[in-house]
Amino acid sequence: MSAVASHTVPSAALRFARGINVGLAVFLALYGTIAVLQPGYFEVEGFLNFLRRAAPLIILACGQLFVIAGGGFDLSMGSLVTLTVLGGSMLAGGNPENTWWTIGVLYLIGLGVGLVNGLVVTLLKVPSIIATLGMLLSLNGAALMWSGGAPRGYLPENFRALGRLVYRDVPVTGIMPLSVLILIGFVGIAAWLLHATVFGRQVLAVGDNPRAAELAGVPVGATRVLVFVISALSAVTAGILLGGFAGVSTAVGQGLELQAIAACVIGGAQLLGGRASVTGAVAGALSLFALFTLLNLMGLPQPLRETVQGLILIAAVASSAWRMRRA
Amino acid sequence: MSAGADIATARPARDVPVAPLLFAGSLALYIATALATGQHAYLTGEGFVGLTQRMVALGIVALGQTLTILVGSIDLSVANLISVSAVLASFIMKGEPAMIVPAVLAVLALSAAVGLVNGLIIARLDVNPLIATLGVGLILQGLLSASFSNFAGSVPAAFQAFAYGRIGPLPWSVLLLFVLAFAIWLMLTRTRFGAHLYATGGNRDGARLAGLRTERVMIGAHVLCSLMAGLTGLYLASRLRAGAPWVGRDGVYDLESIAVVVIGGTLLAGGRGGVWGTLAGVFLFATLDAVFNMTGIDAFPKQVLRGAIVILAVAVYAVRSKGHVA
Amino acid sequence: MKTQIGLTALLAALSTGAIAQNFNDPAEFERQKALLTVAAQGPDGKPWEQNLGGEKVDTAKYKKPGPYKLCFSNAGVNNPWRVVGFTNMQAEVDANKADIASFTHADAEGKDDKQISDINAFVNSGQCDALIVSPNTTAALTPAVEAAAKKLPVVVFDRGVDSKAPVTFINPIGGYGFGIQGASFIAQKIPAGGSVLALRILPGVDVLENRWAAAERIFKEKGIKVVGAEFTNGDNAKTKAIVEDYLNRFGKIDGVWMDAGATAVAALEAFEDAGKPYPVINGEDQQDFLQKWKKNKLTAIAPTYPTYQWRTPVIAAIRILKGEPVVGPTWKLPQPAITAENLDKFVNDKMPPLHYALCGCEQMTNYPARWGGK
Repeated sequence: MSAVASHTVPSAALRFARGINVGLAVFLALYGTIAVLQPGYFEVEGFLNFLRRAAPLIILACGQLFVIAGGGFDLSMGSLVTLTVLGGSMLAGGNPENTWWTIGVLYLIGLGVGLVNGLVVTLLKVPSIIATLGMLLSLNGAALMWSGGAPRGYLPENFRALGRLVYRDVPVTGIMPLSVLILIGFVGIAAWLLHATVFGRQVLAVGDNPRAAELAGVPVGATRVLVFVISALSAVTAGILLGGFAGVSTAVGQGLELQAIAACVIGGAQLLGGRASVTGAVAGALSLFALFTLLNLMGLPQPLRETVQGLILIAAVASSAWRMRRA
Repeated sequence: MSAGADIATARPARDVPVAPLLFAGSLALYIATALATGQHAYLTGEGFVGLTQRMVALGIVALGQTLTILVGSIDLSVANLISVSAVLASFIMKGEPAMIVPAVLAVLALSAAVGLVNGLIIARLDVNPLIATLGVGLILQGLLSASFSNFAGSVPAAFQAFAYGRIGPLPWSVLLLFVLAFAIWLMLTRTRFGAHLYATGGNRDGARLAGLRTERVMIGAHVLCSLMAGLTGLYLASRLRAGAPWVGRDGVYDLESIAVVVIGGTLLAGGRGGVWGTLAGVFLFATLDAVFNMTGIDAFPKQVLRGAIVILAVAVYAVRSKGHVA
Repeated sequence: MKTQIGLTALLAALSTGAIAQNFNDPAEFERQKALLTVAAQGPDGKPWEQNLGGEKVDTAKYKKPGPYKLCFSNAGVNNPWRVVGFTNMQAEVDANKADIASFTHADAEGKDDKQISDINAFVNSGQCDALIVSPNTTAALTPAVEAAAKKLPVVVFDRGVDSKAPVTFINPIGGYGFGIQGASFIAQKIPAGGSVLALRILPGVDVLENRWAAAERIFKEKGIKVVGAEFTNGDNAKTKAIVEDYLNRFGKIDGVWMDAGATAVAALEAFEDAGKPYPVINGEDQQDFLQKWKKNKLTAIAPTYPTYQWRTPVIAAIRILKGEPVVGPTWKLPQPAITAENLDKFVNDKMPPLHYALCGCEQMTNYPARWGGK
């Protein structure tokens, strides 16, 4: 990583290829194995169902990617997911008429959380790992305080539909889960923001070397605040899909932040900034989710699944570090 | 973490005596709460012994974490290693006093090996320390939980003296914490290894160019950190009379140890800080536990407050620093 | 990929050679099975004051004038069951205002080490006439509870300690009882040769392991095919994913056994989403499951681990300090199951989804608002 500052930034095409290589290769291998074990996964319908389940993690990974690209971490994502689900049930109270303004309020909460994270990091100069760790604790407490420790209401059916509804008899694909459409839209926006806008370039520049970026006229503080806002908004989106898919619970967000970080890293993102691709993050999240699915299907004892996850994580990052050095 | 250098480029403003301020502030909070709630027993000798006893487990592991952070790395596997050590200790001892020494040696050897693996993956394979130690932690926890699902074995009465025994009014374990802190302070300030640790953490490339074998320093810091986690596991096995595969994770020793180190003024980027700040951070956490108990605050607002305090405790001095933080 | 599978095989081989823990105690299984049929003694309609035939403990030596200062060391409020339980306990304290001068609690946040310190601090504080403990784990808290019992009367509930030092230990029948009730019902209702999927929360939690040990034994006795036993971490999304995969693989699942009810509705939704008929299922006494059961006319049962047990320690502590005899050294509370016959008595649309119906709190002040109901 000491190489970050000195090594030359690779071309966009190369970066793109790298992102694909690590994450996507792992994903294809894992998914292929899944499909051999359970042929249903080879069909379009099986794949779309897989995507539907993986959608929240992919969205979280895309949001986390912006923070990582900017050189930080967001550990508060998981508890923001919990807050979204619990808050959604509190606000909507099972009434379908409340769904749309509830979602609006949830995004406002996300905006607030992202702003606080960003401002604590940029103005109070608290390292993001600590700032968002504090936020993790506080948000979790706040979600439970608000709801009194357990969900107080249901999510209305039209809220649930966002994560649960599947359109049947669709031409070409047969079925189409609504959450997959949301996923495609979200990933599209994320890819555009990071790879096709000035803002995206600024994020990468800030992550690579904040002092140099500042000298080059990049508004470092504002950029940093924005990445935390993006991350928080994606956590709210993931929370809406997860709540929709599976209903209310208090443990829904636990540990998702580390999974999102791991997905980015498997996808070739450089921790502490400077190198990141949305394709990579998507592929990383898909690989991770495929790994969970595969380990489930293989009927491995639960604890050993953790061990295998640990090995794969290290192997993926070690191989990408090795490729970096050769590059 | 060759990475460390970029995690936070800001430097705290000079001359902020974090450790004494944090310590004095925590103590004042503790005394004020005890007086305000009329719980004078907390202000007796026994009350303070109870307070320091709350520091031991987190304190020992945080001393180790201080070293990895100083060298510009980080260790997320400590919580899992603590579980492994606690279980291994009580499993080997099985209540037999004769097995105490073999068990302790086995735990320390295993801990050192884990630290070596961490260090090698980070220094040689160039894997980001966050991911490397997260992965190693998962591997450890998986193997442990696959083999044990409950309290395994037990520790003999003689070994319980480690957690429950006292010299005069002072528990052995509290004494050990301070002796360890003093020893590490000596090592950091009076030995060549200590100087190399600071140099490597401050600027790894520079240190390497100056001829330091930074890989060895990095590995050394990780071995020491893992040894401290192993000691924490031994302490918990002694205090709980047995080890269970969840003691480390339930204690959240990974994130809490990092938090107290940073609260104590050690730079997350490495190169600056020390053990006394860490101990003061641990003291703050112990104080919060006691204060929350005295005031009888509900569990959920307590979490909110704790999160805010973690941020504010760092912000208090970080806010005056120059440059950018990520 | 190859290396990964090779590695996996190696690890699996390692783990089979490892040490299996014993959560399956046949004697305790038989004891709890017998207790399920014992008629409760005590005041009618107040199961939290009833018992399943325990001895009485003489408490004259603890007698002192009131009102009393009670202290409570809580393992944590880290799940809805404990949240409802703790609300019951606080309501019980309020209901006994005349006898209670103060009620102080310390929350150990699920940490053994912290709970030991909390108990020591209570004993040292001199502010406690009696101490109530809900231990985080049995083995680890035993020494602290024993030390406390030398200084003041201690009441333990939910999980126990390995000691006779507490004045009494209160809990319902236990994990085996839960497992027996659920598994027997499923075994009886599914068609011959039918298949059962077991969904568990986590490994290593004593009461959950006991539930599974009992269920596994019942299924084996009745010759039922268990197609899988999976851990869900109590996560709805993971539960749905697992059930979907099993439905894909086997086409049909006749029964779903659960070691805790929190994700029962998610499991049922997976059947809905796949367009399959509902399985025979056991949940727990959470309202979301009971409501779904009633609405969709499921074939179901809800064994319970009643939260009304959180009321009993307060009652016991006051009786002890008044010198009245209490049931002890173990006080077994009844552990009823909700069945199709009495379902209507427990369903309540006004209560939140994860409210536990057997709270025994319906007649308490501020019901239902205090429990989050409308």
